[in-house]
Amino acid sequence: MVVGIFVVLLFYAIGEGVSLAINGVIPGSVIGMLLLFVALRLRIIPSESVKGFATFLTSNMALFFVPAGVGLMVAYRVLLQNWVAITVVSVVSTILVMVVVGHTHQRFEKKQQRSDELPSESNVDSSALDNSCNPLSKH
Amino acid sequence: MQTLITSDIFILSIVLGVYLLANLLYKTSKIALLHPLLTSIIAIIALLKVLGIDYPTFKQGSHFIDFLLGPSVVALGFLLHEQIEHIKGRTVSILISILAGSLAGILSVIGIALLLGADKVLIATLQPKSVTTPIAIAIAERTGGVPAITAVVVIAVGIFGGIVGPFILDKLGVKSSIARGLALGASAHGIGTARAMELGAVEGAISGLAIGIMGLATAFLVPIVMALFSV
Repeated sequence: MVVGIFVVLLFYAIGEGVSLAINGVIPGSVIGMLLLFVALRLRIIPSESVKGFATFLTSNMALFFVPAGVGLMVAYRVLLQNWVAITVVSVVSTILVMVVVGHTHQRFEKKQQRSDELPSESNVDSSALDNSCNPLSKH
Repeated sequence: MQTLITSDIFILSIVLGVYLLANLLYKTSKIALLHPLLTSIIAIIALLKVLGIDYPTFKQGSHFIDFLLGPSVVALGFLLHEQIEHIKGRTVSILISILAGSLAGILSVIGIALLLGADKVLIATLQPKSVTTPIAIAIAERTGGVPAITAVVVIAVGIFGGIVGPFILDKLGVKSSIARGLALGASAHGIGTARAMELGAVEGAISGLAIGIMGLATAFLVPIVMALFSV
């Protein structure tokens, strides 16, 4: 467990360092996440060493948001003054993000499935189409 | 007595105790609106008011828990590594889907906010709303928003997205586990991921991945979009 804590904190620290160097455009924790991922892929860090602590952290994320959320007790006035705009923006935009991401990816998957299911036929079809279309489009 | 109440030990005990009770309530009632994060925040604010503990004291006392938010983002790298086989051959489609979502999120925030007459500060505060808290706060700080409100809105968006997400995705016919996980993580960050984990291991892991990519995409896109629209 101690090794896991050390590794996670070390990558967090490296991430913060890189973040400072690039003027904070990307937060240190995100860079740390990418670096940890790369280090695990390249087996520089054995995944067993971080498993315990990383699982503890990722399965209790909601708890770590609590202190920030209690900040509501001081920020609520600004929130109340703009509640209509904040609510409308949040609701509409959140649903939009969800729909765009979900639908875009599902469309990709269906496309891939189709080309997996009928590889020969679709190849013939598309080449036939290409042949008939290309001369036409050149005119 | 007063020094005990304002001590780190007491405040940490309050946070953990309330959170555990809130979790118990959520698990036994199975009511989505009683999300432990929402009930914990309300219960803790009420407790602090009753005990006469002010926010700076609470913030100081709960710093240890707040600190773990950063390492938990780093730990998502492990989750990603564990579930990498699910995204093999899908890297491009995942990146494009999330980039499209991030852009849709930023543009819709600007559009609706301008329609409703919101000012620059509010727009900067709301732009990173679908991104995980530490990244959202960093983005809001950089673009001139109010980080405290960003934090609260991000959590509210997470709870909202986590609650309504699966229903909306059902209604719209988004059935694939990967697409559902991506949509939940990209729109409702860690809370969406917590919900995605209830749907399944694939959904959860992909959702965790989506948090990171969405955070990166939004961190890059916000300054670009703001420069283009000069808002």
